[in-house]
Amino acid sequence: MANWIPLWLHRLSSPPTFYRFAGTLQPWVTTLALLLGAIALYGGLVLAPADYQQGDAYRIIFIHVPSAWMSMFIYAVMGVASFIALVWRIKLAEVVAMESAPIGAAFTFITLVTGSLWGKPMWGTWWTWDARLTSELVLLFLFLGVIGLYRAFEDRRQGARAAAFLAIIGIINVPIVHFSVNWWNTLHQGSTVNVFGHSKMSWDMLWPLLTMTLATKFYYAASLFRRARTDLLALEGGKDWVRQIAQGEDAR
Amino acid sequence: MSRASLSSACAAMLRRDLTLAWRRRGDIAMPVLYALIVTMLFPFALGPEDTLLQRIAGGVVLVTVLLAMLLALDAMFASDIEDGSLEQLVLAPQPLALMLGMKILAHWLTIALPLIVISPLMAALLHLPGAVIPVLLLALLLATPLLSLLGAVLVALTVGTRRSGMLLALMLLPLCVPAVIFAAGAVAAAQQGLPWLAPISWLAAALVLAVVLAPLACAAALRIALDS
Amino acid sequence: MNAVQSFLAMGGYAAYVWPAYAVFFIVLIADTIAPRLRRQRLLRELRARFARQSARQTRAGNGSSPNPPAAIDGQ
Repeated sequence: MANWIPLWLHRLSSPPTFYRFAGTLQPWVTTLALLLGAIALYGGLVLAPADYQQGDAYRIIFIHVPSAWMSMFIYAVMGVASFIALVWRIKLAEVVAMESAPIGAAFTFITLVTGSLWGKPMWGTWWTWDARLTSELVLLFLFLGVIGLYRAFEDRRQGARAAAFLAIIGIINVPIVHFSVNWWNTLHQGSTVNVFGHSKMSWDMLWPLLTMTLATKFYYAASLFRRARTDLLALEGGKDWVRQIAQGEDAR
Repeated sequence: MSRASLSSACAAMLRRDLTLAWRRRGDIAMPVLYALIVTMLFPFALGPEDTLLQRIAGGVVLVTVLLAMLLALDAMFASDIEDGSLEQLVLAPQPLALMLGMKILAHWLTIALPLIVISPLMAALLHLPGAVIPVLLLALLLATPLLSLLGAVLVALTVGTRRSGMLLALMLLPLCVPAVIFAAGAVAAAQQGLPWLAPISWLAAALVLAVVLAPLACAAALRIALDS
Repeated sequence: MNAVQSFLAMGGYAAYVWPAYAVFFIVLIADTIAPRLRRQRLLRELRARFARQSARQTRAGNGSSPNPPAAIDGQ
């Protein structure tokens, strides 16, 4: 199996190499995230015109939709990393999977709260049990479950494998919940949700949205690098390269 | 020395767990009493008005049975991990998934089946119309093994950790949302006189999938958890 | 001044828009700070552990010591 893996990828999965690699990239992705985020916010809050139907309330979209996309994206990354961790037992995959969970939970939480704040003036209610909202809430509980299970074990690697297993089981659940609640609502003739159609969005609203999407991706990378580097230090605590770093320079 | 045939191994596993449960048959009554008490709390909390209770009856019975099963789920592997027989089972030549399937079956027979038997009583306490009760029973017959199978995988993952029951609830409840949705949907449809076969079919399909996959997942989870 | 005021008012929806943005920033800032704190705590603990280890090794190297060299914590 090792033949088709390029050498640089194989080297990258070694903890000290990844530590240095992530450390080098971290300031760049952080800067990109902040820069793109600032541009997106300026474009969305100041430049973009008010929506003729929703007025200025629609501006929540610039943080709500990217956060929602991130919650899905991070769960997918966590799932893939979990699969790699379980099958090939690569330490770095375990770290990536486990440290993605809190970031994913954060974005899911933001999605739910900003969505609720947007829903109140627009739909007249803070919450409704339609497919999209319910499956997003289930996603939050899945993230929290992964975090909780990981921390319940004394042996961190074993905990990571157990939580990775849970993450993979959970992946299947999200589309199931989404479609089953959709079907359930139809059965009960629940209220339908009006989605802000992206294809109908004008460019001066679209570009801040896309820019913010990119910004949040860079933010995820930056946060993941930061967390993963600390986690690798903790995992490899007895090794020489950690000793050098701990006794060497301070921050970074 | 002849190797035990697979079917006799399964029968032996089932007989062992059922015998052990029978020796602690007082424990079998606990989930049943819990479910009854919780069901009785609802009229106290919401008032005895018939129409309100009727509307919530199906869902309340379902959720109460689910919570009762959740409480009893911890016990599936607890005594076996304590006396070391679980590790022996993992090392045994019989396929682990099949043996665990038998364990899950025994657990369902001793915990869920009594709950299903008293569910008509719970439904009657909440004034669920009598015509709906067969649908409720069918929904529970399909949903409870689904919960047992899914719960077994999660309990296997946490075996031997310093976990609280809260963690198990946190992990299990999101995963059984679809089962609850379909089971409650069937009961609600029957109550309104609408066709209820479709959600029941979905439940049955999910159950078939779970019967095949969950024991395998449970075996994998157990190996992960016992791996240190 | 009027432009700033109307910007802050967000067409009357200020009570919804600004809390939403606040949640966004607060959660992400917390997500940024928490690992930093953890890292500092971890480095402190690691340095203390290494200091203890080298102190033990020095004692062991300086002749008879009642304590045998402790096993390296492989955690």
